Order: sequence, then C-alpha cells, then structure tokens
Amino acid sequence: MDIHLSNISHRYDATEVMRDISLEIPSSRILCIVGPSGCGKSTLLRIIGGLERPSAGEVGQIGDPPEGCLNPLTYVFQDFALLPWRTVEGNISLVLEDHGIDGAKKQSIIADVLARTKLSDFAKALPKQLSGGMKQRVAIARALVVNPAVMLMDEPLSALDSQTRELLMDDLIALWTRTPFTAVYVTHNLAEAVRLGHQIVVLSRRPGEIREIVEIDKPLSERTFGDPDLEAPQRHLWDLMREEARAADAELIHV
Amino acid sequence: MSEPRPVSFRGGGFAPKSVRWIGAVVFIALIAVAEIGTQTGWISALTLPKPSDVLDTFVQLYQSGLLWKHLTPSLTRLLVGALLGVSVGISVGVLIGLFSYIRSGLVPLVAAIFPIPKIALLPLFVIWFGIDEGSKYALIAFGTFTPTVVATYGAVDNVDRTLIRMGQSFGLSWWSIVRKIVLPGAMPGILSGLRISLAIAIILLVAAEMLGAEYGIGAYILEAGSLYDLERLFVGVAILSLLGIGVSAAIGAIERYLLRWRN
Repeated sequence: MDIHLSNISHRYDATEVMRDISLEIPSSRILCIVGPSGCGKSTLLRIIGGLERPSAGEVGQIGDPPEGCLNPLTYVFQDFALLPWRTVEGNISLVLEDHGIDGAKKQSIIADVLARTKLSDFAKALPKQLSGGMKQRVAIARALVVNPAVMLMDEPLSALDSQTRELLMDDLIALWTRTPFTAVYVTHNLAEAVRLGHQIVVLSRRPGEIREIVEIDKPLSERTFGDPDLEAPQRHLWDLMREEARAADAELIHV
Repeated sequence: MSEPRPVSFRGGGFAPKSVRWIGAVVFIALIAVAEIGTQTGWISALTLPKPSDVLDTFVQLYQSGLLWKHLTPSLTRLLVGALLGVSVGISVGVLIGLFSYIRSGLVPLVAAIFPIPKIALLPLFVIWFGIDEGSKYALIAFGTFTPTVVATYGAVDNVDRTLIRMGQSFGLSWWSIVRKIVLPGAMPGILSGLRISLAIAIILLVAAEMLGAEYGIGAYILEAGSLYDLERLFVGVAILSLLGIGVSAAIGAIERYLLRWRN
C-alpha cells in the first residue's frame, strides 16, 4: 500500500504552517522527513495518519493494506504514549482487544511480537520500571503487533540518550532487514535520517515546503555508526538546512 | 594556594514523610493531658469531661446494645447517600470532561450549587422526599455530588492527551478510549476528590439526623447536647472521628489497590 500526498497546505488561524506538499510514500521503504524546528514536520505526520485535518489538499491510499493488517496507519510517538497502569503485555493487548482478538490467540500474538523485539523477559513489567529505550521498544512492539501498512514515527528516538539511540537504530535496522516495513520517520537528527532513510525529504522553515528529496542508495544493513559514506549526504543536508535552522532559532514565537 | 574550605550543605528538606506511630502518640498524649488535668482538678469538670468517663459511657452504650441501634441507621444513610451522590457525580463529571455542550451548560450550574450550604436546603428536601430516610439520602447525595463532579472533571481534563491520541491512532472505539484510557487516567484525581466528598458526607449525615431522626449518631449527639451531657456528647463526637478515620483508611486501601501502578 502506497500513500500519496497531494498539495497539502495547513494553517493555524493566521499562521501558515505548510504549503503545497506533494509526496509519494513508496512501500517497504523508510522515508525520513527533516527540517528546522517549527517547519510542521510533526503536523505533516499527524495529517498523514488522520489525526489532523489539512486546510487544503488530500492524503490518499493507493492499493489495499496487506492481509492481516489491523491498523494500516500506525504511530510511534516521541514520548512513547504507554498506559502507565498497564504492563508491557497489557499495553500491547490494548490495541488487539478492540479487534476482537482474545484469549489464547491474543497471548500467542503478544508472545510472538515480544520475542521479535526481545522484550519477552519484560512482559509483566510496568512502564515506570523500564528505561526510556525499553519503553520505546514496547511502543515499537505495540506498533508492529497490528501489522501496519505504514509506520508513522514521530521523532521516536528524540527522548532517548545518544547511546540508547544507537542501540535502537540498530534494532530498527534489524527489524526492517528481516521484514521490510514502510515508514515515515520524522526527525530533527540528521545522523538518524542518513542511517535509517532510503529517502530524506528536507522541509523548509515555516511555511514548510519541500526543498529537496535526497536518496541514499546504500542498503540499510550496510550502514554503520560513523559511516564515511553517509558523511557526504549528512553534510549536504546540513548545508541545505543551516541558514534556515538559524533563522528558525531566532524567530519569535507568536502564540 | 589556601586551605580548601568545606562547602556547607544547603539541600534537603521539603520532602515530608509520614512517620509511623507519631499520629497515635499525639492522640494518646492529648488524651493523657486531658485525663490528668481533669483528675487533678486543673481542668474543671464543666470544661471537659474525664476521658475515662467518656470511655465508660461508650462501654455502657455498647453493652446496652444502643450503639448498633444508632450506628446501623447512620451507616446505612451514609452508604446510600454517598453511593448515590458519588456515582451520579462521577458520571456527570466524566460527561463534563468529554462533551463541550454539557461542559458549557453544567459547569456554571455546578459552580452555583457548590457554595450553597446543603443543610440550608434540608427543609426543601423534607418537602420533596419526606421526613423519613428519603430526605436524608438526598441531602448526603446532594452534598457529595458537587465536590465529586468538580474533582472528576478536573481529573478528566488532566488525562494525558497524548494517550488519548494514541488510542485514536490505533483505531480504538470511543467507548474503549473512555473505559481504558480516560477513566484509569482520571482515577487518581477522582479518588482524592472522594476523600473530600466523603468527609462532607459525614458532616451532612449528622446535620440530617439532627432534624427528625429517632436513632443515629446525629440524633444521639443532639440529645446529649441539649442535656449538656458532655460525656455522651464526646462519645458521639469520637464515633464520628473514628468513622472519618475508617472512611479515610478505606479510600487509602482502594487507592493502594487501584493505583498500584503508581507506587
């Protein structure tokens, strides 16, 4: 299933947040969206998944979601969004219960996804007992369990320290290599973008427009920490963004 | 190079903890002072009854079987009234927390009802619900309703919106979101509101029983008061205090069970 964005524009009252964004999201690839703060990248992600309505333009699905898909457009949030009163198991169970999956079938699905994300030992733990990295692994497991057609990842590693971030990037790459999934990955971290993105969309500052789409051909599994091949694209991204990031930083916020 | 001077400690404090038994020690000390004072005549018998006499009166009350005769109707009134007020209050509070029109319509109404001393409405309730149990239930229910509503919608407002968005993003039904995300998320606020509501319920119980009740703690206290029988008055008051402690302990137990994910 592909996602097609046509001429998305969005404004909050008098503020124009993004303008005329058209984009193809091809399946089984990771598309990163980067841009200076306030360029509306998270808003765009909320629009793609139907959590927010664009002022103009339209998001379309091309083709049908895969067999057994419970929730075609599934988010992974920056702040994990785990229910603190449910265990790891319970948090994953939450998104199955509404689809009438219960009993032994539910248990086996949960056990399977926990094994895939190496969380089996934590099934009975409460979120507050887990480190940030573990919490995000649970959130990723919860997203995977519904067999999404597209994963919408909103700065999923931004709340984590840099070492945990490296570990989780390796995990994401391993998961993708095993079964390629489609993802839209919003981040402000260029190192993450060049490690995980097949395509990197650079947005301009507010109102956000697409400035350039950078393709990186090197297979994900061959990209490594401090990869010299990724240095050039990362520098290119930074050159594109530097001035705008500076301007965005110096901007007064009108609320 | 001069000698290093130690950096003086200036952190700490501002983190009160509850120390076991200190509460009981304060109670015992106060009662002991009263007992010694009245025994020695330093406190005159007119000012304060002897704690030991109060205890004797209580034992007599218990032995005569009158204790349960007073306590049973009181507890029933408290239970029925508070259950009515709290359950309607939580439902209305959740509705106010979820729907714009209900919120706009009811918040000013609740704000208008809240400061009315419910005791002042007792004659009205007698006309509406009769002099019997009905008016007493209504008074307690009405008195617990308003604080419960305010606590509940405040608690619903404070539920983390990102959790609700998460529920929506996974396609959970409206009812599932309310049941599995909003209600558990609001539970800490609802329970702390319940502490206030139930204390008010005890106050109103006594008020209701002072008007037209043959049996009940309130009636017992009123009778003792009109006779200036300080021993019996204090027995009644002590029973109310114990009732308050009991209710508070019960909510504490409910909190420990329902909010065990927090500790």
